Amino acid sequence: MATRWFGAPVQRLEDPRLLRGKGTYVDDIDLPGMLHAAILRSTQARARIVSIDASAARALPGVSLVLTAEDLGNVLEPSPLLVPHAALTHPRTQLPLARDEVHYVGEAVAMVVAESRYLAEDALDLIDVDYEPLPVVHSLDIARAPDAPLVHADVPGNVAAHLVQQVGNPDEVFASAPHVIEETFLIDRGAAMPMECRGIVANWDPFEEMLTCWISTQGPIPIRNGLAAIFGLPEHKVRVVAPDVGGGFGTKIMMFYPEEILTPFAARKLGRPVKWIEDRREHFISANQERSQFHEVAYAFDDQGILLAVRDRFWHDTGAYTPYGIIVPIITACTLPGPYRLRHYASEFTVLYTNKVPVSPYRGAGRPHAVFVMERIIDRIAGELHLDRLEVRSRNFIAPDEFPWDVGLVYQDGGPTKYDSGNYQAGLEKLKGLLDYDHFREKQEAARQEGRYLGLGIGCYVEGTGIGPYEGAKVSVESDGRVYAATGVTTQGQAHATTLAQIVAEQLGVDIHDVMVTTGDTQAFHWGVGTYASRAATVAGSAMYLAAVKVREKAKQIAAELFEASPDDIELANGKVFVRDSPQKALTLGQVAISANPLRYSYGENARKLMNMKLAGPRPGPALPADRGGPGLEASEFYSPQHGSFASGIHGAIIEVDPATGMVRFLKYAAVHDCGRVINPTIVEGQVHGGVAQGIGGAFFERLVYDTEGQLMNASFMDYLLPTAAEVPPILVDHVETPSPLSPLGVKGAGEAGVIPVPALFASALDDALAPFGLRIREMPLHPCRLHELLREARERQRS
Amino acid sequence: MKPPRFQYCAPQILDDALALLERQGGEAKILAGGQSLVPLLNMRLAAPAYLIDINRLSELNYIQPEDEYLAIGATVRQSQVERSALVQERHPLLIEVIRHIGHMQIRNRGTVVGSIVHADPAAELPTLLACLDGSVLLQHNGGERLLKADAFFRGYLETALEPQEMAVEVHFPWVDARAGWAFMEFARRSGDYALVGAAAVLTPGEDGTCRQAQLAYSGVAGAPVRARDVENLLVGSTLDERTLDEAAQLARAVVSEDMSDIHATAEYRRVLVAELTRRVLQRAWTRRRG
Amino acid sequence: MMQNEEETLAFTEECEIAVTVNGQRYERRVPVRLLLSDFLRHDLRLTGTHVGCEHGVCGCCTVLLNGEAVRSCLMFAVQADNLFLTTIEGMAGTQSELHPIQQAFMEKHGLQCGFCTPGIIMSVHALLHEHPDPSEEEIREGLSGNICRCTGYQNIVEAVKLAAERLRAGRQEVE
Repeated sequence: MATRWFGAPVQRLEDPRLLRGKGTYVDDIDLPGMLHAAILRSTQARARIVSIDASAARALPGVSLVLTAEDLGNVLEPSPLLVPHAALTHPRTQLPLARDEVHYVGEAVAMVVAESRYLAEDALDLIDVDYEPLPVVHSLDIARAPDAPLVHADVPGNVAAHLVQQVGNPDEVFASAPHVIEETFLIDRGAAMPMECRGIVANWDPFEEMLTCWISTQGPIPIRNGLAAIFGLPEHKVRVVAPDVGGGFGTKIMMFYPEEILTPFAARKLGRPVKWIEDRREHFISANQERSQFHEVAYAFDDQGILLAVRDRFWHDTGAYTPYGIIVPIITACTLPGPYRLRHYASEFTVLYTNKVPVSPYRGAGRPHAVFVMERIIDRIAGELHLDRLEVRSRNFIAPDEFPWDVGLVYQDGGPTKYDSGNYQAGLEKLKGLLDYDHFREKQEAARQEGRYLGLGIGCYVEGTGIGPYEGAKVSVESDGRVYAATGVTTQGQAHATTLAQIVAEQLGVDIHDVMVTTGDTQAFHWGVGTYASRAATVAGSAMYLAAVKVREKAKQIAAELFEASPDDIELANGKVFVRDSPQKALTLGQVAISANPLRYSYGENARKLMNMKLAGPRPGPALPADRGGPGLEASEFYSPQHGSFASGIHGAIIEVDPATGMVRFLKYAAVHDCGRVINPTIVEGQVHGGVAQGIGGAFFERLVYDTEGQLMNASFMDYLLPTAAEVPPILVDHVETPSPLSPLGVKGAGEAGVIPVPALFASALDDALAPFGLRIREMPLHPCRLHELLREARERQRS
Repeated sequence: MKPPRFQYCAPQILDDALALLERQGGEAKILAGGQSLVPLLNMRLAAPAYLIDINRLSELNYIQPEDEYLAIGATVRQSQVERSALVQERHPLLIEVIRHIGHMQIRNRGTVVGSIVHADPAAELPTLLACLDGSVLLQHNGGERLLKADAFFRGYLETALEPQEMAVEVHFPWVDARAGWAFMEFARRSGDYALVGAAAVLTPGEDGTCRQAQLAYSGVAGAPVRARDVENLLVGSTLDERTLDEAAQLARAVVSEDMSDIHATAEYRRVLVAELTRRVLQRAWTRRRG
Repeated sequence: MMQNEEETLAFTEECEIAVTVNGQRYERRVPVRLLLSDFLRHDLRLTGTHVGCEHGVCGCCTVLLNGEAVRSCLMFAVQADNLFLTTIEGMAGTQSELHPIQQAFMEKHGLQCGFCTPGIIMSVHALLHEHPDPSEEEIREGLSGNICRCTGYQNIVEAVKLAAERLRAGRQEVE
């Protein structure tokens, strides 16, 4: 049966509202009597707080409240450790306001609530904090040095976690391998930088005794549960809503940011709504960052270019705290084998504290690092053996008939890293076509004759997506025939309201414009986790599918009774429920919904029409049979995946480098992507485009630069360079579709894909362009000045 | 990031603006385009007690061709100049320079004089002014003085402007009809402040060699730098390959050692200056007439 | 500025202003340091204009001032006195149809989270006014003052091309 909505590139339902400027982002929310908060942040990376004098701030007219740690009572406790792990032996999470000591520039020290944000910032200027600076751990190198200062006094060696994992017998293999190479790789800090900063509006309703918080977050449900616990409220008396969110990319799945606790605290204390909106300057020094790791790698291979074993020892910078556990380095370790048959692999990582902004996942969440390392390895193998880089990849690829493929490690969800399906060679073939790979060498040579340096870079990856624990969905048909669906995941641009509507519309035979999807409102649905790890379409989509199927089955059952037909003969299409081949025996979906509720007091057109129809009369027995599954056309379902499903992709780009200046431009970019079955191809492509742009930013434009005092030197968009339309090339996208056998829909995640291979392919392209100089890139991000330096060093090495 | 408190006035005539400046002196800042000042206020990196908004001074909104130079008044927007048919025809170098400034949204508010007075070493207009030996007309209540570029620019964001003074007009000397000119810069992204930039005007003589050379750089020191040594090298030459090589190497010296930041070390700037010199001189020389 | 004539030389911390936004005149008394972006969003409740950085780089706050694209986070509300502004809310107005630019963005999937979108639409409006038939390069240059973190710009460029085509065709019809 042809699908109508599933797989179709339908236009987004969200767009008219957003295009008219009628979106509701958290700063658009205005409540009567609302006050405004501002946060005083530490100016020191590490210091003892000797004293805080907020008296002048408190006295400023228009200021309602100034909070420091001592004002918080029993709310002053470390925020929850979101993902514990046995290897995380020394976890540390942040207090809502610093007491005694600060651990990074930007840490929240005090909160002011005033009539306006302008006044609140004036009050911040009046708070006097006496800091006693302490030695700063400003880099991974410092953190792991033998006599390093300690970020936390009771965490020896700044080691938060240490995890060793092994697959097969790498030592044996290294001992007998024909070729062994050792290298180090450095990836440095970057950040997601969504266009909307963080924010929260908290309102305590004394009549309902209800706390409502609108938060620009990816995870309202856990926050709601946490706030209920913190404030001693029943969970159903706390409502957390993620309204329209202007981008998340992982920054906003970090939860129990201090402001998420402080703002409701202030609202309850003052009995007035309180709004806190983060500004961009704050975002740079208090919204979580990521990407910083240092790898020492050894790899063994044979004369055919087959990768035999890898030993990867890396250090991961977690910043001042570990709120998100060690998810990112675990993902790095599990992602490294990639699409290759790696049977012998030793992974060891150490998570170190530094006096910097804490680290939690940013789109890619540890995968870009792993892919950078592995793809550099493969390129080098090819180079050493004078083999084509794509040929070496093909020789090492897991073949389509080798699935499921167990990598042999425990993934971030606690389940096996077991690839469910994939066809990496097919992706490679498509990429070759898109890049006109077979003719590239001639073009490159011709360009070199003209003194121009072109390079072609490749990056391939396998990405764990669609992990549990679970998500849920509720589908409900109302008496006018419109369908209301709700789920606990959230939206930050992925158009869940459209893709999930497509799933529901497909099952219920309605137009997607008649399906209203609510995401991210705990009042609409309060079971689940949130949007992260490329899982919403797979997990929430599957739950939505199951719920819609249940509603569909119910509709068929009810209609069958009313028409005295068999449920197998009932169909749903065009908003109607009818007997196949007897279309005059039809009801609207809304009429079926009314019929599904034995209490027949119903208004409206549908109800009146229903009364006049000659339908089967009531049968003996209870009005609501036990096997009906409850009144109304409504169902809730949950989906918990066995384990993650594994999407994959291969990207390639052609660049031109000017060796005189180190400046680079992209000439061509192509991405071949496999996320299983696709709900809406336009939306998936959009996600890939966006990820690629962030990847390009993270490879050549964006880098967070800290000085030796732990100060961020480029805390503004003037100096932290996000790529614009002039820097991002046109991106060709093609697909391979290997459905996942794991979920009812066969989909896999797509949200992070675009960003994952970009640093790897950029390095690959640079090496290729500058091969005459023997350049080998082992660090990311780069910028022209550094590239020029590396090139000069390479040239000097060549001479000597 | 909200600005700190300040007192505000938007005078409608210049004399009033000057009177206000005299009264408040060092505690007042002029608000023109705001594209440089307002970010500083929003970040609370500047906190002037008084803001004198000159945008209502329509008497300063003129683009006036004089014999020796083009005079531009203090409230003229960069985009105004960009669109001016007169300037497009008579001072195309100025147009080329303005097109490198930021983005259209910036140029729609930013003023020519404002950019000059803000004196960011990476900015384009101060460099052009230095290249052309232009001047800035400063007025205070009861007097005025005309300063040449090299006397006006003192250092990083620092000029000779006195607290009670306001820049009312800037003079961009005309470029000789036979001269070739060019402005180029290396920047990380479209519209960014340059890492380094260069403005060049090369006037050919009767014998086909370079009779006069004017060459100024942005992003190499606290103020724009005229590369006199390089200029002297070029005079009398035909800008052949060897001369260009020499010029490129010699130009490296314009980079001040303290010009290292997170985007470019001083040494890298020297590399860029060498490359830029070659390119800007080549382009300028190609454009010469006669 | 609506100040007392005798006080034209006085410094103040508050001003009465009259601003016309999307054809409607608003009279308000505002603090002089109130940013135009905040005035539009919170005083006039026109929340379609967004704030992404407050230092003039991201372009989310772009509005049209007397028809020209400007960054409202770098202006004070008092500077808009007696001037004409157009915000995203003024593009389609109360009509049920979207402006051709908005329509093109919808058809080409030119937005994801929607936060940068109003600023981009206003910039595109200004761009197409000056360059009705822009090349891809001119489009990308013209967009470089607006940062988008979601779309990678690809579909935005396609949307601008489509909008340009339709606007040109529309003008030809009128002619």
